[in-house]
Amino acid sequence: MKKLFLATAGLIAALTALPSLARVNVLSCEPEWAALATEIGGDKVNVTSATTAQQDPHHIQARPSLIARTRNADMLVCTGLELEVGWLPILLQQSGNPKLEPGQPGYLEAGRLVPRLEVPTRVDRSEGDVHADGNPHIQTDPRNIALVAAALEKRLAGIDPANAAYYEQRYRDFSTRWSAAIQKWERQAAPLKGVAIVEHHKNLEYLMNWLGMHSVGTLEPKPGVEPSAAHLSELVAQLQRQPARMVVRAAYQDERASQWLAAHAHIPAVVVPFTVGGDDKADNLFSLFDDTVQRLLAGLQ
Amino acid sequence: MRRHIVATALALAYGAGAPLCAHAAGDQDLAQLRAEIQQMKQDYEARLSALQRRLDQVQAQQVSTATPPAAAPAATPANAPMAAPAATPVATTPAAANVFNPKIALILGGTYANLSQDPNQYRLQGFLPGGDEVGPGKRGLNLGESELTMSANIDPQFAGQLTFSLQPDDTVSVEEAFFQTIGLSNGLNLKAGRFLSSVGYLNSQHAHAWDFVDAPLVYQAFFGGQYKPDGAQVTWLAPTDRYWEVGAEAGDGSSFPGNQRNRNGVGSFALFTHLGDDIGASASWLAGLSWLHSGASDRSYTDLDHTGTAVTDAFSGHNDTLILDGVYKWAPNGNATWTNFKLQGEYFRQRNSGTLAYDTAAQSLGSASGSYAAAQSGWYLQGVYQFRPMWRVGLRYDKLYSGTPDIGLVGSGLGSADFPRLAGYDPSRSTIMLDYSPSEFSRFRIQFARDRSRPEATDNQIYLQYIMSLGTHGAHTF
Repeated sequence: MKKLFLATAGLIAALTALPSLARVNVLSCEPEWAALATEIGGDKVNVTSATTAQQDPHHIQARPSLIARTRNADMLVCTGLELEVGWLPILLQQSGNPKLEPGQPGYLEAGRLVPRLEVPTRVDRSEGDVHADGNPHIQTDPRNIALVAAALEKRLAGIDPANAAYYEQRYRDFSTRWSAAIQKWERQAAPLKGVAIVEHHKNLEYLMNWLGMHSVGTLEPKPGVEPSAAHLSELVAQLQRQPARMVVRAAYQDERASQWLAAHAHIPAVVVPFTVGGDDKADNLFSLFDDTVQRLLAGLQ
Repeated sequence: MRRHIVATALALAYGAGAPLCAHAAGDQDLAQLRAEIQQMKQDYEARLSALQRRLDQVQAQQVSTATPPAAAPAATPANAPMAAPAATPVATTPAAANVFNPKIALILGGTYANLSQDPNQYRLQGFLPGGDEVGPGKRGLNLGESELTMSANIDPQFAGQLTFSLQPDDTVSVEEAFFQTIGLSNGLNLKAGRFLSSVGYLNSQHAHAWDFVDAPLVYQAFFGGQYKPDGAQVTWLAPTDRYWEVGAEAGDGSSFPGNQRNRNGVGSFALFTHLGDDIGASASWLAGLSWLHSGASDRSYTDLDHTGTAVTDAFSGHNDTLILDGVYKWAPNGNATWTNFKLQGEYFRQRNSGTLAYDTAAQSLGSASGSYAAAQSGWYLQGVYQFRPMWRVGLRYDKLYSGTPDIGLVGSGLGSADFPRLAGYDPSRSTIMLDYSPSEFSRFRIQFARDRSRPEATDNQIYLQYIMSLGTHGAHTF
């Protein structure tokens, strides 16, 4: 027994004495934070995202590869607000990585940094899969991304002080370009003001809040509950009294329900990339919003 | 505030002046004045508490919408549109007494079983019997096992969890009760208490997370259900890009295939390793190799000897169990919402060696003892396919090989007919299931199985089951 213990301890000591890598390993839960970390960290960081734009961030398997990546990360950037509640706790527990514990500089919960929408006054599962801390899909408002960028720069500078000036310079550059881009998108999106849409899931609230749009219904009868035929029929009837200009879904959501509604309510079905990588054009944060605004405008035609 | 001062001053002045003008001011006036002061006081108190409430709300809002530090250089002139997006956050102030309460999750389960054979006659032919959890359960409507889990962080270093299992016969047992380290360092994790062992794949999952109503036959035959030691576990995750975990467990060895042995030291010992990775964006796998060493002392069971008398036999000795497990999961682009597929299989091999005592209570031909050695194996393979949201279908095949146990007493006065339960046989079972999950938190299942675990009968088993999850949103392992 003692021999085995000593052997194990020796093995652990030998393997953990590996030299630390020069670059900061950043693991993001969602692709938008990976893109943001790349904008600010440049070539001083290694960034990977636990999920892709084709996946539903609520429903991710705590895959072995994700546990291994969590184990080796220096920093974790996640939306939080219970979005990853079904899988992130497993990654954190099994990784045994003290840098990423909540409260450590290596753990950045983006959702806590922005003003939140739809914080429920009543939390009950009869309302579907509600998030007690508010709607977690914050990245659809570029102003939220700006807020997270500021915090991300500070955290990176804290974790890797040797490159603090580099991060700050990149942050300033990003921030200037981002502000200009927001003004451009707001100008372009002016015709969208006041437009009513139908969403698939309640995941575009921040986008609508930013552009002055509003939702008159969702394809899901309750958050997290798949669309049903009965609910969709009700929705068609409702749209006759309360019309919408388009039905919008994110790239990861199945097209069937929104196409059914488009055909029956005679409104266009629009897919927005939702996050970086959601379509061919949205390969960084800037093109993500370029494409989102263009696709919504096209839906008005 | 000013009003209060005035009121107090008035009251003082009145009180001070009272003796002087006691004749002038009648009792009526006094009462009136008192009432007025009382009224002012109440009025003021109400205003104060309203103010306090508003202050609390404002403070709570500031906490919940914590904006980045003002020093952030975000406020460049061009940043005008970045000014805080309009939102109406609602203050959430959890009652102070509740915030440190543990997370609570409750599982409710129930089954209806229609079994063509008497479950009381159920046995896995050729295998040393182990535990109450073996077999198809009771016929008819049954309340299943309800599970109550409480968990919380203890301090910055440790987290704890307690899972009660509430059985339908009104007994409560401790399913799991352990503490574990939080972010210890270098991929190390320690756990101590009672926990589901990490050997194999399915062993560490609670019954409500299984894809079928019952456990695979290998788990029933070799672990008597699930293996959960009282002990300690250490795991280490290698700093590699591919997932590679190694771990060791020391336990009391009191659960099957061991039993309570009244001795110091470690009763069971386990080593395991798991390796896993992705294959492209759509698929991932996990494979493992585990070894469990345990011992038993006078672990008794009943059998019928050749005279037809029920006798108590007992096994003493040690056993080694080797498990190979593999899981493959697939979902288009890794998005499991619409369709997904899971293939899972495990192979068990167990060696038992020691002594077998016949008729320990001397109720038939008299007690005797001799050597016992058996090398037995088994496997199962199952696939579960979600063909549309909420609906899944699954197939499972179970197979066990008992071999022919080497019983020393056979030939020395007793015959193999005195140990009918241990006569060689290869049990098998085929199972098909369909389940429907209206949400993440509820599931209904129908399952049909043909169970050939004993040579004389085929048991056709039909199950209906519900599983409901209440409370904290659980996170499930791969």
